[in-house]
Amino acid sequence: MSPRGSSYRLPAGGLVDRAKPLGFSFDGIGHSGFAGDTLASALLANGVRLVGRSFKYHRPRGIMTAGPEEPNALVELRAGARREPNTRATTAELFDGLVADSQNRWPSLDHDLMALNAGLSPFLSAGFYYKTFMWPTWLWEKLYEPLIRKAAGLGRPPDAPDPDTYERATAFCDVLVIGAGPAGLAAALAAGRSGARVILAETDFSNGGRLLSDSGVIDGRPAREWIAAAEAELAAMLEVTLLRRTVVFGAYDGGTYGALERVNDHVAVSPQHQPRQRYWRIIARRAILAAGSIERPIVFPGNDRPGVMLASAVRTYIERFAVAPGRRVAVFTASDDGWSTVRALKDAGVAVAAVVDARAETSAEHQALATSAGAPLFNGVVTDARGGRHGITAISVRRHGGGTLVVATDCLAVAGGWNPNLGLTCHHGARPRWDATIHAFVPGTPPAGMTVVGAAGGAYALGACLEAGHRSAADVVRDLGFSACTGAAPAADHERTAVTPLWHVQVKGKAFVDFQNDVTADDIALAHREGYTAVEHLKRYTTLGMATDQGKTGNVTGLAILAAVAGREIPDVGTTTHRPPAEPIAIGAIAGHHHGRHLRATRLPPSHAWATEYGASFIESGVWLRAQWYPRAGETDWLQSCNREVMAVRQGVGVCDVSTLGKIDVQGADAGAFLDRVYANIVSTLRVGRARYGLMLREDGMVMDDGTVSRLADDQFVVTTTTANAVKVMQHMEFCAQVLWPTLDVQLASVSEQWAQFALAGPRSGEVLERVVDRQHDVSGAGLSHLGVKLVTVGGGVPARAFRISYSGERAYEIAVPAGYGDAMIRALMEAGAPFGITPYGLEAMNVMRIEKGHVAGNEINGTTTAADLGLGGMMSKRKDFIGRVMAGREGLVAPSRWAFAGFRPVDRTQRLRAGAHFVPVGATASAETDQGYMTSVAFSPTLGHAIGLGLIQRGRDRHGERVRAVDLLRNGDVEVEIVDPVFLDKDGARMTA
Amino acid sequence: MRIDCPFCGARDQSEFVYLGDAAPMRPAESAGEAAVHDYVYLRDNPAGPLTEHWQHVAGCRAWLRVTRDVRSHAISSVAAAAGVESGVKR
Repeated sequence: MSPRGSSYRLPAGGLVDRAKPLGFSFDGIGHSGFAGDTLASALLANGVRLVGRSFKYHRPRGIMTAGPEEPNALVELRAGARREPNTRATTAELFDGLVADSQNRWPSLDHDLMALNAGLSPFLSAGFYYKTFMWPTWLWEKLYEPLIRKAAGLGRPPDAPDPDTYERATAFCDVLVIGAGPAGLAAALAAGRSGARVILAETDFSNGGRLLSDSGVIDGRPAREWIAAAEAELAAMLEVTLLRRTVVFGAYDGGTYGALERVNDHVAVSPQHQPRQRYWRIIARRAILAAGSIERPIVFPGNDRPGVMLASAVRTYIERFAVAPGRRVAVFTASDDGWSTVRALKDAGVAVAAVVDARAETSAEHQALATSAGAPLFNGVVTDARGGRHGITAISVRRHGGGTLVVATDCLAVAGGWNPNLGLTCHHGARPRWDATIHAFVPGTPPAGMTVVGAAGGAYALGACLEAGHRSAADVVRDLGFSACTGAAPAADHERTAVTPLWHVQVKGKAFVDFQNDVTADDIALAHREGYTAVEHLKRYTTLGMATDQGKTGNVTGLAILAAVAGREIPDVGTTTHRPPAEPIAIGAIAGHHHGRHLRATRLPPSHAWATEYGASFIESGVWLRAQWYPRAGETDWLQSCNREVMAVRQGVGVCDVSTLGKIDVQGADAGAFLDRVYANIVSTLRVGRARYGLMLREDGMVMDDGTVSRLADDQFVVTTTTANAVKVMQHMEFCAQVLWPTLDVQLASVSEQWAQFALAGPRSGEVLERVVDRQHDVSGAGLSHLGVKLVTVGGGVPARAFRISYSGERAYEIAVPAGYGDAMIRALMEAGAPFGITPYGLEAMNVMRIEKGHVAGNEINGTTTAADLGLGGMMSKRKDFIGRVMAGREGLVAPSRWAFAGFRPVDRTQRLRAGAHFVPVGATASAETDQGYMTSVAFSPTLGHAIGLGLIQRGRDRHGERVRAVDLLRNGDVEVEIVDPVFLDKDGARMTA
Repeated sequence: MRIDCPFCGARDQSEFVYLGDAAPMRPAESAGEAAVHDYVYLRDNPAGPLTEHWQHVAGCRAWLRVTRDVRSHAISSVAAAAGVESGVKR
């Protein structure tokens, strides 16, 4: 049983604030810690050793590290909607009321039934998913996957939408310094003094990096005093921004870096109006990477048990958090660095059970240190760590000279050497380089503009870090043109950092390489035997280096073991690819405010406020919110409303907001010539004051868009586009003007937002228009004939444009006013139209009327149709060149067998039609071979009293009168239809011109 | 990625819209179907620098010729597209 409740907190020291006790709970049990603790340090202080179960074998796991590289101590932090799974206890800052739960165990951490998996381990070795769950396939969905998801995996996601807010921000700087350890602080000081704009980003909540864990002397004073002085100096510099709790997770192109600031993760709930996290895009002219290094474990049986920790982490818990990770701590080291932990233990008064130095010889200095710590020194290796789920109780040691012994201990500090934290240097594709002196990978060619300093570059000694940080920053700011007044480099001793590589103590037993994914040394050997010899294959097959920690502790060790098994050198084995993000980033932070309704702006037409008052039913149409129909009392479904609106237009007058159409103002001496090239039909012959239908092709010969072209002056046109294509057509026309024909005198301006435009349609529309247009303008039948355009005024002098154009097929107008007058205009139209029973109509009625008139819309202009397919082939001018002319004439695009535009009506007029139904001959089996086309648009025509449809069918123009079936296999539709002319109503257009 | 717009200065790529290879020139009116087919469909796919059309839609709306190494996203030149194709300055 763990000595819960008994304190492992040291009586003095550390950087925690003992005056500020904080209460928290873990698995429902209350504990207390201090401000300045992490959850991990507070758990250790309270004697909690067992914090989680491993991914595959459900082995008991404890806290292994003291930083973001932690593979084991993953918890669910907070509860309910704020529950965040897989949170590293080693980075979670303690706050009062913190609630954490262990994960990946059932029913409890102490008694995890899934631990049976450990007994099944021979079956759960590398690639077991691939080998075990192959057959029969139906079992996968029914049995294997649900089981695996329950048994494996990590924490549970929250059970409600995230209540927190996130934000995105962009920052620019001359120098981005990544990491505020000794090298980073020295770099920031030098760069800041020169006057450069500096951002110093530190992932921890305290600056100082390893200086927080190692006592040291800089410029003749204790390191902690030096940090405080450096922070004060930096804080006083106006051009320096200090971002603590900020991880730089990605290096992108052009000096762009992604960073995540955990603004309020250290409090229970974010204060009002503050984001929980802030996603930074930092654009830096230069970057200095001072991200430090990560200690690596040594692989031996039992190395995953609670109580086995990295030696540097043991030091951190003692020095920074004043917590002894054990009562009798043993140290197993392959490096000089492990001896720093011996010194820290001794200075803190913690008993040192033994020091096992894997090297053949130990210096006199270290021998003296062991003696003064009262610790027996063995030159040999640890072959086993034994104990129960609450921690180890003993280790086995094999001495180099022969002989084994057992040492009683409750904590083993392991020092296997260091790996530079170089992930960011690889984000542009560079590979790390093997450095045989320090037995580690060091950065290859970092991204342009990035300099690597300190331990991240493999220079571990404190003095070297400080020097390199200072010198590199001075070089960078000089390059950027800042003064050379960077001050003197901070000075410290260059301590010894020698290491003898020891990756793997080769004895029988379960020895872990990747703790998070339960990958053992045997798994790597097995993968190699089965042919997975390439490092990327090894990763996929064994899952080495996957998941939240991305193998930060064990990856290089795994490569070394693979190299040994394969009889190759480590650099020949290579490394896997580092990709952003270097640490897990919440999707919510990347989305920022852009979620739900805020994903993109909702555009409201000018009549929106009026339509809301009028009780319109709205629909999202692209980015627009548009009135779909205007229900009236007594109407029970939308079709009733829609039918009424259609009939009102056909028999009286209706009004509809058409402001969403794209509107492009085209001006210049060559405007007509330009539009001739952009449109398939001739535009330049249009007289001032007239409008014309315009059809635009893509260069590949397919129809791009249609609309109206109106000539307002010799050198001014206004053209409309469909709502959906407004943006695309503008870009296309700008391309034509700037790139294809730059010599033409033409200027383009999008005026879609500048004009509110309303369609006034129906036999009484002219009378309504006359009542809203100022008296001096003649818009009577004679004054504004079909396809006429007139500049007029309304409301006593407001400039307006009146167009006599019709989409509905009735006599109709469009009246455009400056957008700010849109609301007043719709109200004026409704008032003027009241005596005529004016009826507002929505998108549905508009669509019904265009289908009745056989107008093509987006359903027909769908990227697969030519002008000829749509019955508009005659519009393609033969007298001029235009976009799409040549390709539209290709053999395949003029083949008579092509699907062509036609109308359809059910033979049994009571039947309904469905868009998407395919046409097959009567009596034929519906199949791909008998497919002759498909229905593009359908509607119920209140004018005709039955369903009608438009569609594309083989040789459609020549088959009017013929019968086919409209088959909808998805909805069991099979309706006999008659092919007819697509214009169902008023084919000669008498109503429009009346 | 950042694009140094000759009119607006260096801007994030999210302000731009990409079109594609800028090398093909629209054939003269008299050119035959084969030439137009090449212009519309045929593209080189070099592993290296490629001159592309981008439009600064959220800025000055100028169409640009951007020479970008497609292996590294390193941009070696940015110029206004206007005038290049016909050899005439507007």
